[in-house]
Amino acid sequence: MTPPTHRRSRRHRLGRSAWTTGAWLAAIVFFFPVLWMVLTAFKPESAAYTRTPQLVFSPTLTQFRAVFSSGIGPYLANSALASVISTVLALLLAAPAAYALSVRPVKKWRNALFFFISTKMLPVVAAIIPIYLAVRDLGALDGIGTLIILYAAMNLPIAVWMLRSFFLEVPREVLEAARVDGATTRQELTAVLLPMVLPGIAATSLICLIFSWNEFFLALNLTSFRAATIPVFLVGFITSEGLYWAKLSAAATLACLPVLLAGWTAQRQLVRGLSMGAVK
Amino acid sequence: MAGSATLPVGAVATAPTAPTAWRCRWPLLPALLYMVVVTQAPFVFTVLYSFQSWNLVRPGSEHWVGLANYANVFTDNAFRSALLTEIEMTVLAVAFAMALGVPLAMLLDRRFPGRGVARTLLISPFLIMPTVSGLLWKTTMLDPVYGIVSYVLSWFGVPATDFVSRFPMASVVTVLVWQWTPFMMLIVLAGLQSQSGDVLEAARVDGAGPWTTFRWITLPHLRRYLELGVLLGAIYLVNTFDVIYMMTQGGPGTRTTNLPYYVYQRAFLGFDVGQASALGVVTVAGTIVVAAVALRLLFTVFSGTERSAG
Repeated sequence: MTPPTHRRSRRHRLGRSAWTTGAWLAAIVFFFPVLWMVLTAFKPESAAYTRTPQLVFSPTLTQFRAVFSSGIGPYLANSALASVISTVLALLLAAPAAYALSVRPVKKWRNALFFFISTKMLPVVAAIIPIYLAVRDLGALDGIGTLIILYAAMNLPIAVWMLRSFFLEVPREVLEAARVDGATTRQELTAVLLPMVLPGIAATSLICLIFSWNEFFLALNLTSFRAATIPVFLVGFITSEGLYWAKLSAAATLACLPVLLAGWTAQRQLVRGLSMGAVK
Repeated sequence: MAGSATLPVGAVATAPTAPTAWRCRWPLLPALLYMVVVTQAPFVFTVLYSFQSWNLVRPGSEHWVGLANYANVFTDNAFRSALLTEIEMTVLAVAFAMALGVPLAMLLDRRFPGRGVARTLLISPFLIMPTVSGLLWKTTMLDPVYGIVSYVLSWFGVPATDFVSRFPMASVVTVLVWQWTPFMMLIVLAGLQSQSGDVLEAARVDGAGPWTTFRWITLPHLRRYLELGVLLGAIYLVNTFDVIYMMTQGGPGTRTTNLPYYVYQRAFLGFDVGQASALGVVTVAGTIVVAAVALRLLFTVFSGTERSAG
């Protein structure tokens, strides 16, 4: 790779360090608002409001204590419940569908595949009114089940497309070999296919979890107190506690932490999930 | 990544015979049914409601009014303004996010110390809950007195500015761009990394400079990824609601009221079911026109990537 002449290698090295600096600078600029949120969460309220931003301060856990005592717990639980159960539901529905669209494709698999993605293009606002009225008439307003059902529908198309892309990567020979060896369809699924696509399933569930955890529009309109999730808590927190940056940052940090961790873990698969399996 | 052993699309089309057809089809049915019930059925009701005058605050007020709601939508200046805002916001956000995403992807495409960490930091904005992003930027970043942006600009002699109320559109777009640049970057990066090293090496041996290589080899290769990024970014971004809700509530006036926010206002603040439904139907009709074009494009994009992966 490195050119043989001395002068070029020196220029090469200089270029490289400029490259490194540039990349790091960009990374820090983009990450700064997040970093600042976390830092502010550990500040006393007085240190959050200074004309010259304070980078050095004595950290305190006061804000986190205040957030917990203001009752974030049930909201965190609601968010966790809605995300996890809706993800499981989406996967249970998506896995067989993805199978029928890849390994043993049904006749009009193209149409089915595009039906799924076209529902993603339908703006939520177009359906929110009847959904709201139906949920109200069923007495399911402010119920966690409502969010679970809707979040599963929101993530199902992504899960189908993504899982399908993982199924397509399973070498056909392996499945054929299993069939020749006399494996039943069920054995073929559980003993051969499933273990091979397990990493794919993990990645898909992380993507579904991220989207449901961050969802705001449906939660805002369909829940009020009992089933309200974390983003709804944040809105209420501002109205009830006032706009205190440090306390707010502590609440926001707690709200973002699970998804940040999940996203960092799944970053190799993130692009695949977001592009619904089109980009690997 | 996908080896030659990968199953090519549709290669298994050993046309299922009649008795086995249903065995092939049943795994698909639960998911299809679920999507139809949860997403398509409500839309049928939206259409029905759109022909009624119905205000939730006055029970029993509903009656059929024919096309009156639609007439209102098309003569409604607020709707037209929301539509324009929607287009402006989406186009600006997608364009800037892509314009930043490409150079960032190119930076990350080379090895340098700490590349993994830099990449992790760069994707973080996308993982932040959009409600939090709106809140965070409105307060700690863009506040006229204590905000970081004001502080940094004060080095250059820029007086303290209330960005969110003076430049509401620019403020909202800034947050959207901050959120979506990592997305564009990841897609472009995937494109860059799928380039064959041999071709680049050959170009170098043939004496092509970095710019020539980029213009004539990398860029044509990236085209499909750029299209995909723009398309998917637009699909997600037309639904922007959270950031607007947290930062501007659609204001000042109606400056940042896009279609989702407008329908929300009509339905949940005005309780006008009929009018909001008509708005919803018109929005969907518009989306279908755009989506029909997008879907066709998407299909060529998708089959393209799959062909190249096979």
